[in-house]
Amino acid sequence: MKYMNEYRDPILAKQYLEEIKKTVTQNWRIMEVCGGQTHSLVKNGIIDMLPKEITMVHGPGCPVCVTPLHLIDKAVHLALNENVILCSFGDMLRVPGSEKSLLEAKAEGGDVRILYSPLEAVKIAEENPEKDVVFFAVGFETTAPANALSVIHAHRKGLKNYSILASHVLVPPAIENVMEDPDSHIDGFLAAGHVCTIMGNFEYYPLVEKYKVPIVVTGFEPLDVLQGILMVVRQLEVNKAEVENQYARIVREEGNIEAQKVIFEVFEITDRLWRGMEIIPMSGYQVKEKYASFDATKKYQIDIEEAEENQECIAGEIMKGIKKPFECPQFGKKCKPTNPLGAPMVSSEGACAAYFHYSGLVER
Amino acid sequence: MQLQCPMPKLDFDVITIGHGSGGVLTNKLLDSGVFDLLSNPILDERHDGAFIEMNGKLAFSTDSFLVSPIFFPGGNIGELAVNGTVNDLSMCGAIPKYLSLSFIIEEGLKMKEFWEILTSIKFACEKARVQVVTGDTKVVEKGKGDKIFINTSGIGQVHPKANISAKNIKIGDKIIISGNIASHGMAIMSVREGLEFDSQILSDTTNLNHTIINLIEKFGNGIHLVTDPTRGGVATVLKELALSSGIGIELKQNDLPIDNQVYSACELLGLDPLYVANEGLFLSFVDASVADDFLKTLKQDENGINAKIIGEVVEEHPKQVIIESAIGGKRVVSMLPGEQLPRIC
Repeated sequence: MKYMNEYRDPILAKQYLEEIKKTVTQNWRIMEVCGGQTHSLVKNGIIDMLPKEITMVHGPGCPVCVTPLHLIDKAVHLALNENVILCSFGDMLRVPGSEKSLLEAKAEGGDVRILYSPLEAVKIAEENPEKDVVFFAVGFETTAPANALSVIHAHRKGLKNYSILASHVLVPPAIENVMEDPDSHIDGFLAAGHVCTIMGNFEYYPLVEKYKVPIVVTGFEPLDVLQGILMVVRQLEVNKAEVENQYARIVREEGNIEAQKVIFEVFEITDRLWRGMEIIPMSGYQVKEKYASFDATKKYQIDIEEAEENQECIAGEIMKGIKKPFECPQFGKKCKPTNPLGAPMVSSEGACAAYFHYSGLVER
Repeated sequence: MQLQCPMPKLDFDVITIGHGSGGVLTNKLLDSGVFDLLSNPILDERHDGAFIEMNGKLAFSTDSFLVSPIFFPGGNIGELAVNGTVNDLSMCGAIPKYLSLSFIIEEGLKMKEFWEILTSIKFACEKARVQVVTGDTKVVEKGKGDKIFINTSGIGQVHPKANISAKNIKIGDKIIISGNIASHGMAIMSVREGLEFDSQILSDTTNLNHTIINLIEKFGNGIHLVTDPTRGGVATVLKELALSSGIGIELKQNDLPIDNQVYSACELLGLDPLYVANEGLFLSFVDASVADDFLKTLKQDENGINAKIIGEVVEEHPKQVIIESAIGGKRVVSMLPGEQLPRIC
């Protein structure tokens, strides 16, 4: 298929691998920020094909995984409100809250609907004026424009029964957080191509400057990832630390200006708690005061206690690249996709799920 | 092609709870044409059960059908219910003969829709050369069902040359898929509320009995197993077999036949086509010595035009299904914890 099979070509893949082998002379730890890239690495068997000098470290770029527990509990609480239709991306449904997941709330009679676009939720709000429609707006910068646009549309249509439960997180502060952690030891990054499609590359220049690490904006197909790795290794081997763009067929230096305008019409930057990690300053979006009536956290007074994370889950260490999924004592034992202790085991972008599904580490 | 039988004039448009009461309304519903449409001497007796005469080794199977929406690109729940059981019998190496047909209808179903479903049941039965010989209709209150659920059970005569069992699978067997994967699941997905997308993807629902029986006639013992990868897709069926029979299976990603539109839709939604449901598709484990000939014969059948050898049974890694990725890397194929859910971005 056009624009897909070209990036899954076995001959070119072999050439990239040979080039990486020729270039590398010492051990490097490279973090792919995005969970989509983690899955591409594991699903295509790339990790085992790379030379032993290169360790791929899986980063925090799984929006489902970093959505705070109390927000999932809020979503579950709303889903069980019989006046509410809770709409969500499919990926969120299996993520465990402190008591139950959205999938379980649905089974208990909650009106939970899986959507692919938040604009669909606006349509549902129009069609169901007697109900309140809440969209669980999670994601990195990639999904922020569509989520913001849904608020703008609802505002224009004068809808009083639409709001979003926003949990947006941002990549550059996460990279900074990883670099500040003395246990992470990351030599270079593959930045998330889709995020940069929206935001451009300029946010990454201060980071390469400050931490002296190469950052290569990279796509998701096997050849994208291999080329991204090669570009990082080439920089590392000659002691360079620059921003490069592997995903130039999609990502423009300035990003998508129109999408950025939409984001900042609705959202403003705020501190955000990352599940399993900590509060990272200026690392997320919240709905601006101007659109407060579309902000589910303000619209509904949800008094639920902040629950404690399951102490056996080491999601934070996994997402910072300090530990690999199989180094968790509960991996494949107490923690499985059917009975997850944490979100990385159930998200389609979670590192634990990738290892569970695609590597031969557990007898299933 | 949409085949139609004109609906008779009725004094009701909508099925209500009374139509399942067993009284006058039930008879009205059944006399409205249900019996005429599916008429055959056994059914026409209208007794509590059907009298049938069969000899020799028989196969028996049952399946319940719930699909939302009930009308989807390429078919509807009616033909799905016939083809599903017909195909399960075919996978036993049997010639399907008789079906039972039970409806659980949610009140409010439009008679026009029910008629369309019945008509497609009639044509599916004719195509598969099976007869509905007994049945049942119940109506549940609004909100207690999802328009209509159908159960069919079927009985068939096992072909004397058929010797089909997972126990017959041996190392070196070739694994052959009869056509493009993931079409049915993606056709349903394309019309599911909230996830709709424009495409010409059609469900592959069809009866496979004539195809399978032809192959059995020709290859007999050379066919070790046939199985249809419906719910859970190709991956789930193969992994189940690997686990239950203790065999190792190797597949190649690039050998999996898939329609371009289906492939794109899967990529867009983040779904792995290996796990997407199929309806008119079957996997065969055949002796390596007849594999090429088998493939050639299958490709001449209308249900096997896109057939392909996708893998083989190996001695290494018992109980594991290993797939070679498009770029040559290897990974295991496991079972999914539940339904595949579309991803965020």
